[in-house]
Formats: sequence, C-alpha cells, structure tokens
Amino acid sequence: MTQITLTINGETKTIEAPPMKRLLDLIREDLHLTGTKEGCGEGECGSCSVLMNGELVNSCLVPALQANGARICTIEGISTKGRLHPIQQCFLERGGAQCGICTPGMILATHHLLEKYPQPTLLQIQEGLAGNLCRCTGYTRIFDAVQQAILKTQQPTNN
Amino acid sequence: MPDLLQTVGFSPIRKEGAAKVLGQAKYVDDLSFPGMWFGATVRSSIARGRIVSITFDPAIPWDEFVIVTAADIPGQNTIVHLTHDHRCLASDRVNHPDEPILLLAHPDRAVLPAAVAGVHITYKELPGVFTIEESEAPNAPAIWSPAPADHQHSTQKNTFKTYLMESGDTSNLDHIFATADYIVEGEYRTGAQEQLYIENNGVIAEYSATDGVTVHGSLQCPYYLVHALELVFNLPEEKCRVIQTETGGAFGGKEDFPSVIGSHAALLAMKSGHPVKICYDRAEDMAGTTKRHPSRSRHRTAVSKDGKILAGEIDFALDGGAYATLTPVVLSRGTIHAPGPYHWPALRVRAKAMATNLPPHGAFRGFGAPQSIFATERHMNKIAKVVGLSPEELRRRNLLGIGDHTATGQLITDTVNMQHLLTRALDESSYHAKRAEFARTNPSSPIKRGMGFATFFHGAGFTGSGERRLNSLVHIELTPEGRPQILVSATEFGQGTNTILCQVAAETLHLPYEDVLIAQPDTSHVPNSGPTVASRTAMIVGKLVERASQSLRNTLSPYLPSTSETSTTPYTPAEFRSAALAYLAEHGTLVASARYEAPGDILWDDESYRGAAYPAYAWAVYVAEVAVDTTTYSATCTDFYALQEVGKVLHPVLAKGQIEGGVAQGIGYALYEKCVWQKGHMANNQMTNYIMPTSADLPPIRVAFEEIPSVHGPFGAKGIGELPMDGPAPAILNAIEDATGIAFTEIPLLPEDIFERMTSTPESGSEDLEPTNAGPYFSETTA
Repeated sequence: MTQITLTINGETKTIEAPPMKRLLDLIREDLHLTGTKEGCGEGECGSCSVLMNGELVNSCLVPALQANGARICTIEGISTKGRLHPIQQCFLERGGAQCGICTPGMILATHHLLEKYPQPTLLQIQEGLAGNLCRCTGYTRIFDAVQQAILKTQQPTNN
Repeated sequence: MPDLLQTVGFSPIRKEGAAKVLGQAKYVDDLSFPGMWFGATVRSSIARGRIVSITFDPAIPWDEFVIVTAADIPGQNTIVHLTHDHRCLASDRVNHPDEPILLLAHPDRAVLPAAVAGVHITYKELPGVFTIEESEAPNAPAIWSPAPADHQHSTQKNTFKTYLMESGDTSNLDHIFATADYIVEGEYRTGAQEQLYIENNGVIAEYSATDGVTVHGSLQCPYYLVHALELVFNLPEEKCRVIQTETGGAFGGKEDFPSVIGSHAALLAMKSGHPVKICYDRAEDMAGTTKRHPSRSRHRTAVSKDGKILAGEIDFALDGGAYATLTPVVLSRGTIHAPGPYHWPALRVRAKAMATNLPPHGAFRGFGAPQSIFATERHMNKIAKVVGLSPEELRRRNLLGIGDHTATGQLITDTVNMQHLLTRALDESSYHAKRAEFARTNPSSPIKRGMGFATFFHGAGFTGSGERRLNSLVHIELTPEGRPQILVSATEFGQGTNTILCQVAAETLHLPYEDVLIAQPDTSHVPNSGPTVASRTAMIVGKLVERASQSLRNTLSPYLPSTSETSTTPYTPAEFRSAALAYLAEHGTLVASARYEAPGDILWDDESYRGAAYPAYAWAVYVAEVAVDTTTYSATCTDFYALQEVGKVLHPVLAKGQIEGGVAQGIGYALYEKCVWQKGHMANNQMTNYIMPTSADLPPIRVAFEEIPSVHGPFGAKGIGELPMDGPAPAILNAIEDATGIAFTEIPLLPEDIFERMTSTPESGSEDLEPTNAGPYFSETTA
C-alpha cells in the first residue's frame, strides 16, 4: 500500500492504496465518485476520462501512484454548487446525452477541448472528441451541444 | 400561438437528463449494497464437447469463495426465452465457447480473475459447426443429439425454425420464371454485429427465503427476467422481483441476455447469503453475450423487360448460434421484411435459422430486418442493372402504394407515398447532381465517389399476433402530492422512453410536462406493459399511456372545474392538483389503467403466415455518398441523408437522435464492425480491434421527417427505434457500386475486402456484373 495525496475537484485527499491500482478505481471506490465510468478498461472508449493537471486522461490507464500530487477534476467537479456548467446545460438541451454512460467523459473531453481551442472548428471538435466513444447519438447532437457551448463559454475557465 | 401546455411535437428536456450530465445517474456498477459480494463466471474454452473433469487450483483459498454449479439450481437448469434449450449453467457438455459452467463469488472483486483462472476444466472435444453452410451440410454433426423436445418438429437436425411465406400466384411460379424476360439471381451476406453498448451487462442480486429473489440490473425487459427467475428458482412470479437501474445503452443486447446474468447473480446470492454483483468487463461481455445474427440471402427474381417484378424466390438463412434465444422471432421479422416495400405478384420466401457452435445470437436493433433488407436493396440494384434501368426507375416501377397489399396480404392503408419520398430524398440529397459531378471527376481521381440509396419500411410493434399475446397493461397513479406518475415496465436506455411517455401523459392531462412523473421500473410496483423492444414503446405503450391518462382525467372530472368548450386549457395545473388531493382525501389512492386492445382490422394468421404483420410501418428513403480510395482501398461514407415517414414526431430532438444514432450503427455495420471468429470464439473481443465509428469517422447525418399521423399511436406516432438500422448498409454498398462499378454483396466491407476484389479476379463477397463473367449468379432468358 502506498499513501497517495491528490487534489480531487479542489479538495485535497490522502488515500492508502496499492500503487498500481487504477486511478479509475481509486476515484470510484475510495473517493466514492461514481460519475467516472468504465467502458472498456483499455483506453479506447474514454468513458473514464478525467482531467489530470488540466490534461485529459483515461483514468483506467493511470496507476494511482502516478496521480500522487496531481490535480484531478471529475464530472462531479464540473458543476458548481449543483448548477450546471454551460457545457452540461448544452448537452442537456441539445440532446447530447442519450443513455448517459459516455456523457461524463464526453463533457470532460469537451471542457478540455474548449480550453485548448476556445473557438474550435467542426473538424477540431470531431478530432478532439474522437477518443470518446458514443454508441447512441451518432455524435451529431454532441457536436451541436459543443457548438452551442462555445457560444456560452467564451472565457476559458480553470479547473 | 402554441398552447403553453403543449408538449407533444416540442422538445422538452429529457426527464433523467440532468442526472446524466451531472454524473449523478446511478448505473448498476455505481450501486453498492451492505455486505455485497462480487461474482464471476467460469466459461468453456472449447466450442463443443463433454466436460470430463473440473479441478481447483490448490493455491487458491477456496473456502473464502462460494461456488455454484448446475447442481445448485433449485428449479430448472434453463434460461427460458421461447424455448427451454438454453441452459443456465452447463453441466455435462458445452455447446459454444465461453459457455457458463461455474460461478464464483467473493467479498473482494480483485481476487476473482485469478480464481476464475484457477478452475481447470478438461473436455472430450467434439467437432464443432461454425457456419450456416457447415450446419446445413448433410454430413454435419448434429449439435442436438438427440434433439430436445423443442426441436423435434424441425425438419433438419440443426434447424431451430423454418418459415414459408407465400404470396400471390405461387402455384404458377415455374411458369412465370420460364416465360420471364429476365431471371436475376444473387447471394448476399451479412456478418455478426456487437451491440457495443458502452455500459457492459451487469446486475446485483439479493435473495431471502421469505421474499425470494430480487435483481437490480441494466436491462430492457424486466418481466423477461422475472419469468426466467421463476423457472430457475421454482418460485412464483410475486417472489421474483426485478428493478431496472439506469441503463447505459442496450440496442437489444439487454433484451434476452439479462436473463442469463441475472439468474447467475441470483444463484450466487442464494448460496452466499449476500447480495452479489456481477458486472462483466468488456472482453467478457463481447465474447460471452449475444450479437446480431449473421445471415445469407439468396434471391431469384423474374422480371419483365420493362422492369416489373413478376415473381420472386427468396431463401433467407440465419446463424442462430448454439441456443435458440429469440432466434425464431428474429427470423420472422427478417422474413416479413425480406420483400421490402415492393409489389410482388408471386413470391415465395423460405426462411430457416440454423444452430452452430457459436455463442447464441440474440436481439439487436432491427431484429432480422437489417439482414434481409440489405439483400433485397442490393438485389434491386442488380435487377436495375440487368434490365437497363436506373436504380431509381426500377424501384419506381415496383414500389407499393396506397391500396396495394404487402407480401403477407396486408392492405396498405397508410397514406404514405413512397414515390414522393423517393423524389424528395433524391432531391434534398442532390443525388442526381452529385452523380453527374462524380461521373466527371472520377476518371481522373484516385478517389472514386458514388451515390446510392435504399428504400425500405419497418413494422412497428410485435409481429403478427404478438401484441395480442402480450396483452400489455399500463397504470397511472396519483402520488400523495397529487401528481400523476406513469407505471410501466417500458424502460429508458437512452432512446427517451421516460420523456416521450411523460409528454403523452402531460398533453392528455393538460398539465405541464414537468408535473408528470414516471416510476423506476420495479416489477413489484409496475405492471407488465411488455418488453422494451420492437419499436413498440412510442406507438403501443404510448397509446396505453394516453388511454390511461384519459381514464385518470375522467375519474377526476367531478373534482375538476367544468370544462368550457372554447378553452384549450380546461383547468389549471393548480386546479388539477386540488382535484387530485380532494380525490385522494376521499378515496385514499387512485390508479387508472389501460390494457391493450387489438385494432379490429389488424388480424394475423400464424399458420398461413398471412395477414396484417404489423399495425403500422415506418417508411424511409436513405441516401449515402461514399468515397473509395483506390490507393488505400478504404471506403468512407462522406455524406448521409435520411428521410422517413414515422407518423407524428413526439419529440423532434430525441427522434433525430434516434435516427442519427441508428444510421451511425448502420455505417459501422457496413464498413467497420467485424466479429472475427476462431472456432466459435470471438477473437477480437475488445474495443481496440472491434472498430465502431468514432466522431472522426462519421459523415454529416442529415435527418428529415414526413409526418402523417397514424391512428395506432398516441397523437399519431409510430415506431422509430429500429428503422434507421435497416437502410445505411445497402445504401452504402449501392453507392460503392456506383463509385467503383463493383457490386459487393457482403458486409462488413473492410479495406482488405476491397483490396482483395480490386487486385484479383472476382472472389466471394463480390460479383462481376458482366454477363459473360458472372457465372451461376446471373442468367438471362428471353421468352
């Protein structure tokens, strides 16, 4: 067991965990934040996406040890005081979420994309979200939600 | 000026949407119960054989585990679907790779993979059968030997089910073929397809000697699992309770399969005395659960020189895998959709489903129709080419119209006009303009572009007498706060069940959408409104919700202000609530119900396979644009246009989302998604090498609706969910033929297949349309 100290959604926590435990399991089991989902366990589907020091990572591929000292933002850290973030609001209004299992990862990927490119082209959106698989929507409503979110998030925010 | 309370036809926010975007929605793996253990499954490593021995690795502390075998099953060792052939756990023999043999449970999830690997099973292996051809071969081993009672009626040893569907002047078929101007033959194949919901199959089961079995899970059809548990546990229905948790995609993959995993977890819960969670990982889910049935269709069509279909023979075969699951019904829908929306003066469809030693194939959006429609829509293009007509003109001369009869003898009463749909679709997709442009640009470009389309229909609701048998029931109750709450077993798994049913109730009750609630499907509380399948939720369950809402309103009418004829809002939401509370104060509770009543003119004869196969059909024309790169041999769909007539669109955003998502799955079916089988085991059971479309792979998907209200659904709605799965694959392969001149006949069509065909002589998976080269698939006679 190793002591791992990290900042999760702005709060500093210290956890005893096996060093090779997946960050995904640390988040879900030890921190009880179940908004981060497992889809494939091999870094293909992006359902477990979180922001680690501002970078988008597949938490199923990150050993807990590597998260020591890191700033982690999960879907639970995107909204503030129960108020939807504009990206969440746009996913909701534009039909960007169907079954919802890819949605947390997709929203974090969008958040990351808009930090990197505040005014992304459709091609940049398509490429920026290509690591997050959605089986329900065909992505069209997701692109629509992201484009709507661009209008609402002109200023980059920090997680 | 729209009524402020009008919600049908608008797009209110998805009922459970906020929880989903916040990450607060609880899927089964997000739930934890006190004292909960975890379960795992030990599976066969071979396709077919007898189990000789089972030994346990002494390095593992087995006393910490609970182990369940077939001997622990208190009831029947069977997973009931339509037949009883599917065993809950294999005991003496196995019939497919990854067949469940033994179950393990332990308090620590992390120790289970090593324990599964520590169970050593030896077999006496028997020869397996892995394709339709191997299964139907005269010298094939009988997978069922002796055949169980369920199969004894079969004429062939490995046949699950056969249908014969005849229409028109079939006694005269030989003569029609003998005298026709053209006879066009073709063979078409489709591969297995994985549903690939992003949330794997998962359940949590609890057991108590007094209350029986309770299963919480990711599933489509709570009552299917109830009925499976009744047999496995030999318990009455009221002691088998199923609660649907938030479900992360299903597409048919959580229709029949939850009966397996749900029974397994419940057996472990009973033996361990703890709640037990089983959530598959991706590799186990892909290798061990159901897929879309592979198919083979053979068409033989007699055509006149002016392009009129005179007669047809269609042989349709499915690979059912090792157990029947829902195969007979999948075969049925595939059979009925095989003729497509065309007029056949004489038609004979022979259909059969064959057993193989693959894991059982099961439900997947479209349910047999995508397979048979792929063949028919490719074949129509072939007929057009042989006769010398454009694909458009050939279809125009044969499309069904109002007053015509389908191949099952059903009179078309929908006022849909397929000729108009075709005109509009080709126009709005710039089909002709683009074809002309590509004809100019293709010769000088390594990228060959082309246009193709498919015309098709899809029946809504259960096939034939199915809805009568289901006899669905819907309740609406008043909560103690005086709010209406819908009680149905129809489940939400992304398609929008919660939202559209609340819209229907709200509009009927003249209440704001936000005021209507829908209960979590829990069989201890909700009635059996049937399974959530077959494009039936909007039309069938929606209609029952409308009727139950009317009944609720009628009951409350003495407590409501008297209705003014001129007012569109007969009462305010506050007045409704006051009336509801007054009623509850007097009577305690109020539950209004509606039970399915079959329309008098919708009659079906199972024996003759004739009549009204479905209450209503959705009609569609889909147009694909493709680019085939002759350097890399990859084919890409570069634009997609989908026009459909689906009755009243209840929720435009959800409806478009259904079409776009279905089209995306259809594009994957055509160009990307291939199950690689090695002795019946899915070798590419990972998202890494089973390729579904990403956001960078898909073209713009442009969706258009025509809305002709249907009498069968609430506010005129028809079914929509499966339709978009049918059209993309044939439209894309028709477009590839337009681009390259090569008539590919098989999906999935991967770059290696295109490479193979473009760099060698005609091989399987394609055919040459030059009559002199075409061999047995093409023949021409002049009468």
